[in-house]
Amino acid sequence: MDDRREPTTAERRAGIVDLPAAASRELVPVARPQLDEDSPTVDAERGGDVDTWGRSDKLRALTRTVYEPFYKHWFRAEWEGFEHLPTEGGALLVANHAGAIPSDAPVIMHGIERDLHRPVYGLAEYLFRRMPAIGTMWSRAGGVTANPDNAYRLLHDDRELVLVFPEGTKGTGKLYQDRYQLARFGRGGFVEIAMRAGVPIIPIAVVGAEESMPIVWKSRRLAKLIGLPYFPITANMLLLGPLGLVTYFPAKFRIRVLPPIHFDESPDQERYSRSRVMDASELVRRQIQDALYDMLRTRKSIWT
Amino acid sequence: MRVLVTGLSTFWGGRAAQSLEARPDVEVVVGLDTREPRVPLERTEFVRADSSYSILQRIVQATDVDTVVHTHLVVDSTRVSGRALHETNVIGTMNLLAAAGAPDSPVRNVIVKSSGYVYGAGSRDPYLFREEAKRTSPPHTNVERSLLEVEAFLRDFAADNPHITVTLLRFTNVLGDQLDTPFSQALRLPVVPEILGFDPRLQFVHEDDVVAALMYATTHDLPGVFNVAADGLLPWSEICSMVGKRRVALPPLFTNAAAEPLRLLRVVNLPPEWLDLLRFGRGMDNRRFKEAGFRYRYTMAGTVEAFARGLRLEKTIGTKAAPSYKYEREVEDFFRHSPAVVRHES
Repeated sequence: MDDRREPTTAERRAGIVDLPAAASRELVPVARPQLDEDSPTVDAERGGDVDTWGRSDKLRALTRTVYEPFYKHWFRAEWEGFEHLPTEGGALLVANHAGAIPSDAPVIMHGIERDLHRPVYGLAEYLFRRMPAIGTMWSRAGGVTANPDNAYRLLHDDRELVLVFPEGTKGTGKLYQDRYQLARFGRGGFVEIAMRAGVPIIPIAVVGAEESMPIVWKSRRLAKLIGLPYFPITANMLLLGPLGLVTYFPAKFRIRVLPPIHFDESPDQERYSRSRVMDASELVRRQIQDALYDMLRTRKSIWT
Repeated sequence: MRVLVTGLSTFWGGRAAQSLEARPDVEVVVGLDTREPRVPLERTEFVRADSSYSILQRIVQATDVDTVVHTHLVVDSTRVSGRALHETNVIGTMNLLAAAGAPDSPVRNVIVKSSGYVYGAGSRDPYLFREEAKRTSPPHTNVERSLLEVEAFLRDFAADNPHITVTLLRFTNVLGDQLDTPFSQALRLPVVPEILGFDPRLQFVHEDDVVAALMYATTHDLPGVFNVAADGLLPWSEICSMVGKRRVALPPLFTNAAAEPLRLLRVVNLPPEWLDLLRFGRGMDNRRFKEAGFRYRYTMAGTVEAFARGLRLEKTIGTKAAPSYKYEREVEDFFRHSPAVVRHES
């Protein structure tokens, strides 16, 4: 066989040869001490503190400092049943969701991190991850896309607190006239994850987010055009113009944490009974709905 | 053990053959490639093949190899044309498996070096891919498509040949100061490209760990798919600052169009796979391979730091001196086969 065979013309025409650039780019190995079986693992100091989930403790601390006045003086968040939140171990926090740009997630996450000194990871739409700059900030602040595998890993392997809004955009995209009427809780996926991870669900009822940025009108056609889940006109926009996009009304936030719900199902099963999952999902939904009605009965004013 | 290494002239093939030569339990190493080997080899027999390996069946029969290490899957699309990629990856693997699965074939182990590109990178992805995880978006680059085809062949092959152990190793992007990849090229630039507003979490594996993983698979019975990736993920910004580089942003819209002039000017060759990777990053769950007993020599931070050190050395002493090794068939034949050479039994 000819040793120094050049590629044939046919091969060259068909492109079945490496491009000339490929040949010249290989590097010449420089001797480096080879590691053997017993050498310790090579690690290095890190400059940043972004974890596997993209969350940065430093950035989170900075956000807390900036957000604290809003939490304390604007929304005047008030907690009930805070003792139901576990000081260790994984738990899935399930809350109702409202406001055109939801104001409940930051309030809940801020309150828990501030007083329980535990990080909270907030599960949210894939949409966030696609947005330049906003997506990065969202991720550094503890946002994680709501992929079942992510949720399971956070709860089971990392034993963290995870906040989820099973209503999703159905909750945030509802009109003001439907306020505090819980939408469907997805397909109960959140229950299945809690069962699989072997962690309790802690329902949380939030009052105030609905009034902080109420939607008075929405356009399905415009939403489709821009690729958003909904395109709202909020009362804030009507009153404040473009400033209304970023300004919440100072509605008083009341947050009630309900007792944890534990499941008897053994964790890590391949599949869980659909009816059991849907029952549990409905139970959580009803508990939150009842708590909301109860809280609204005693609320004398939206603002104080 | 008698081993056939495909892609002998590639970085992986060469390093794998060198490691195999050092092992007393390996009787014979046969290396196959379209080009000459680039590293000095002592007893590996080099056979030149065409890129689709049509000669394979004869070699397997003649040399009676029991283990095939298939390192010759192209995962860097900037190196070869789309057509060559298809020939090498898909047709090459097809011929390889046909030879290995022939009725009287002596092959009992097939180890394939695939890539994390089969998972893609997207906004809907899990943050850490398990081996059984499915892609969340259809593949849209040649490399991804060809690797998925190769993996489908392998699944069928493993099912049809239960007596053969098929080990599929999916390596995340490799970084190392001796290896030339799009990532090492980008990190060698004065300023490193990023996509404005995105800071993806990335996971690399050190080049030494790649060779070690291939070797580990030859000595252990590991049927199935295994992710190979270092512990930990780092944001692109942190990787760049560890290497001491500033970043320059490409626009988040029309990124591909903006990258094209850079490609034409040969400033940086952004592979199409990067458009997603530099947005969303990719993480791989490496626990299964660790549970199988493999120990990584480098963490993710260790990998980047080792690369940064290599770069600092390079800065002082320069790189790419003329290759110290050139393959000469006559010389190699002389040392391997001439009765005049005194061979010491080890």
